[in-house]
Amino acid sequence: MLGIGLLQGLAVTARNFLGSFHGRSRYVTTEYPEERTQLPEAYRNFPFLVTESPEDPMGTLRCVACQICEKECPPQCIYIVKSRDKKPDATGKMQLYPAVFDIDTAVCMSCQICVEVCPFDAIKMDQVFEIAATDRFSGLLLNRNTLAKPNSYFHSLHPTDAAEVDGRLAAARKAAEEKARAAAAAKAAAAAKPQTPAAQSAQAPKPSPPAA
Amino acid sequence: MSAAAHTDSFLERAPLLARDFITGRLPEPARWTANTLITIALLLAAFGLLFAFLTLAERKILGRVQNRPGPNRTGWFGLLQPFADGVKMLTKEDLVPRASDQVLHYLAPVALLSLSIITFAVIPYGRHMVPVDLDAGVLYFFAAGSATELSIFMAGWASHNKYALLAAMRALAQLISYELPLLLSVVPVVLAAGTLSTSGIVDAQHGWAWGVVPRWNVFTPWGAAGFAIFFVSSLAESNRSPFDLPEAESELIAGHLTEYSGFKYALFFMAEYFGMCALSGMGVTLFLGGWRSPLAALEFIPSYGWFTLKLLALLGCFIWIRATLPRLRIDQLTRLAWKFLVPLALVNLGMAAFWALSAGWAGPLQLARWAVALAIVAVPFLLLGRRLSRGVAPRTYRYA
Repeated sequence: MLGIGLLQGLAVTARNFLGSFHGRSRYVTTEYPEERTQLPEAYRNFPFLVTESPEDPMGTLRCVACQICEKECPPQCIYIVKSRDKKPDATGKMQLYPAVFDIDTAVCMSCQICVEVCPFDAIKMDQVFEIAATDRFSGLLLNRNTLAKPNSYFHSLHPTDAAEVDGRLAAARKAAEEKARAAAAAKAAAAAKPQTPAAQSAQAPKPSPPAA
Repeated sequence: MSAAAHTDSFLERAPLLARDFITGRLPEPARWTANTLITIALLLAAFGLLFAFLTLAERKILGRVQNRPGPNRTGWFGLLQPFADGVKMLTKEDLVPRASDQVLHYLAPVALLSLSIITFAVIPYGRHMVPVDLDAGVLYFFAAGSATELSIFMAGWASHNKYALLAAMRALAQLISYELPLLLSVVPVVLAAGTLSTSGIVDAQHGWAWGVVPRWNVFTPWGAAGFAIFFVSSLAESNRSPFDLPEAESELIAGHLTEYSGFKYALFFMAEYFGMCALSGMGVTLFLGGWRSPLAALEFIPSYGWFTLKLLALLGCFIWIRATLPRLRIDQLTRLAWKFLVPLALVNLGMAAFWALSAGWAGPLQLARWAVALAIVAVPFLLLGRRLSRGVAPRTYRYA
């Protein structure tokens, strides 16, 4: 009959109206500045740089300034200047580090490609979305000091991802140590062997394997 | 008798006493003018505040229906929101197109608002509270209400904008289409009461059948059908959803309001709400017993209190319907008016005539009277409904 559908529709809206006073299932609003929802683990917006130690963030950046992310970034919001000197990286190898690492969050489109291409697990996606600034140029341009955040922070944001990365890095570090130990052992064995004096004198001043 | 005691209780007379207290000191010749001015000021203040808080209530209720809180930041529970909106509207730039007819463009919102306001004059707000008790109050009300259509076309024409003009034509088509069922649904009330005076119509609805059911027009078969037709038509007359095509925000730019901004736009908005309030007030007067209380035991609540309660309930229904129904297409809209509401209103007029002629039927004939009366309107309703929805409903949705 004509009109039954109208009444059914009115009943639906009335049920929603009354239900919104009744239970949380029909009233889903989170009144944001006062209350906050738990962000999902996979939520991302802008990248940050992982450091090993919170005390010395600039000294322990995982980034080795390889500039892959800078080249891959579709909107080209990353700007990197390599350092002149080297320092040991996460696996103990001597590496360059970024003297300048800037990300323009006004340009960044949060695509996560920089994270995917980074071979050193040095850049990850952050979850800070309250980045309003009074100056849209300098306020939204993040430098390496503001980008550097400790590994423990990465753990708090993306626990599963961070555990997997830590496992991989520990394995790499262990493999590097074992390789170094094997090399040292081989060298020691070679040294113990009777050799010609000329060869001995040539090898003696050489230091033990690098990056112990 | 207790009813008589309530009729002239202090609460009932309080507004009049307060008015006379103020104007009593004036010399006799100035008293009438002062009384009228006070009435006008009170009406404007009351309906202005009602308009302000109606916009808030509408947003809150729409929000709740959509499971969200609605505005709640400005003041306690968002109670200052209407005033914040008002300040915003007042401080906006008032753009007038260079090609527009400046005088008409300026005059249209003013004419619309003043024509909506003058309809408030004949509504009986309480037992002793009719601002102007005209002998032909109903006629005056609908005459003034129809004149608002003129100013809508004025707005569209003066804007010198093809979209505004087209939308004004559509608005005019809608308003004229629905004027007819609106008026036809009122005729039975006039027929039953034998008067065009609004206070006379309220007087005709006094008393209780079997001591319980109030003798309001809506509790008679022709009154129920008439009220339904009146309600649907008044939704369309006041440009309310689902008949809000003239300004359909999501589809047109803003219809005939395209070239209006700032405070002039606010005036149109205000006129729409005033029109809605006036039509609701008229609906209460014509069908819901006006200021009369539903039960004799509840007569201690003064008559203007009952009027306000009924008015708010009816306005709540307007908002509820806006929250529920999607907008009609222009062809569906005119079809509903001309092919459904107008024939039904005419049939309803016949039913009212039958009801008036069979007033003397008593005993078991009463049942026959009700059955015949209901059949007179229910059978055309079913037949028309079936005919109009043939091939339209039930609808099978095919996804693109």
